[in-house]
Amino acid sequence: MIEIKNLRKSFGEKVVLQDVSAVMEAGKANLIIGSSGSGKTVFMKCLVGLFEPDEGEIIYSGQNFTTMEDEQRKELRQQIGMLFQGSALFDSQTVEQNVMFPLDMFTHLSHSEKLKKVNEVLERVNLKDANKKFPAEISGGMKKRVGIARAIVLNPKYLFCDEPNSGLDPQTSLVIDKLIYEVTKEFNITTVINTHDMNSVMEIGDHIIYMYQGVKEWEGSNKAIIYSKNQKLNDFIFASEFLRDVKEMRMLEAEGKTPNGNKDI
Amino acid sequence: MTVFNHFGRYLLMIKGMFTKPENWRMYWKELMKQCSDIGIGSLGIVVVVALFIGAVSTLQTAYQLVSNLIPKSTIAQIVRDTVILEFAPTITCIVLAGVVGSKIASELGNMRVSEQIDALEIMGINTKAYLIMPKILASFLMIPVLVVIAGVLGIWGGRMAGILSGILSPEEFEEGLLSGFQPFNVTFALSKAYTFAFIISSIPAYFGYFVNGGALEIGKASTTAVVTSCIMILFADYILAALLL
Repeated sequence: MIEIKNLRKSFGEKVVLQDVSAVMEAGKANLIIGSSGSGKTVFMKCLVGLFEPDEGEIIYSGQNFTTMEDEQRKELRQQIGMLFQGSALFDSQTVEQNVMFPLDMFTHLSHSEKLKKVNEVLERVNLKDANKKFPAEISGGMKKRVGIARAIVLNPKYLFCDEPNSGLDPQTSLVIDKLIYEVTKEFNITTVINTHDMNSVMEIGDHIIYMYQGVKEWEGSNKAIIYSKNQKLNDFIFASEFLRDVKEMRMLEAEGKTPNGNKDI
Repeated sequence: MTVFNHFGRYLLMIKGMFTKPENWRMYWKELMKQCSDIGIGSLGIVVVVALFIGAVSTLQTAYQLVSNLIPKSTIAQIVRDTVILEFAPTITCIVLAGVVGSKIASELGNMRVSEQIDALEIMGINTKAYLIMPKILASFLMIPVLVVIAGVLGIWGGRMAGILSGILSPEEFEEGLLSGFQPFNVTFALSKAYTFAFIISSIPAYFGYFVNGGALEIGKASTTAVVTSCIMILFADYILAALLL
């Protein structure tokens, strides 16, 4: 579990995060959504320690990350996995070497044990025959899956995903979402996902935080989001005519009416 | 950013490299990779530059020494000293600033832009220690070796040019080569090599590591790194000459 208390971050005069508090629970997909420039990337970078917040606390399972010494942070970071927007795979290494890298760096396993573990996670992300390929030789969706494999190879307690679906087609996006969701449930990971993708919101959003101009504007689940009366959230989520129609239909269904206004029952 | 900001951040980067490695074996592997990239990867250009510089310095020295009162062996003496004192360390390192410096800056810049450095940080790896330290150590190990190779080949190139063009005989060249040789000149050349090795590796590493932006910025960082390294090499060359000679 990650607790965030009154987080604030500014760059010079510009305040990017204002008094953000939230609780990210284990075994759930916690989504951070918001338009570009709303502060969600800065929020995630503060959570993983790539940016230092000006004020506030980030508590990982009772351990205060903001006041930790560098060595303690290093130890904690071995429990964190992260999937980057561009996958951030090491270009000069094969898929197998990329996934093996955290094992090489932080474990004393033999090569055969490491290889076994690598093959297990690659199989888990449905990438069986790509071991010897280089990142330049695989597709965007495969890169994301390698990124997930690398992020989970050390059995992390926390998984961060920065726009996991960016640049992917809708079908591959669903596969990646499903994979992240399954891994979250299977290993009881606290997963934090930064996304723009409305399919992800509706499909896997156990817990959603909507950011607006650096402030937490709304919080709830994918079920609650349909019925939200928050205008800013509705303007963001249901921006298209199609999604507005979907919302309207769901609202009518909830009231037991048909889309043409008649009572269904 | 002012020069002082850059210098302060550069010093902090250097300071940040000195931590206990997370895994000695991985750091050793990275050091060996960098030694191969810097040493073997630059050997070809160093050989070509050294041979031609030696050859040209023989021809130009002979062209300027027109008096019959000066023995021809003096040409070899001048070629030897200029190659050891200046051409082998300085010219080689200016060439290496282009070859190695741009490679270091663009490699780190690309890693920064594609979030590979962030990925390493999040894993709990000190990226300054893991990515920059092996490059500097590899430069310390390989660049003096390249300078020695350049010195030997430069003198040999000068000898070949002198003999093939009929300027002086092999005996005259060897007589000049051995007369008045000062071993301190080699020490001086190696002092320069170590100083330049640090400049060639650390300055491009700084510009690459702190790149902000995209492909255009990587290119700019690479150019700035090479230009700054060359200027610093020439500046250090003067300071070392003034202090040690």
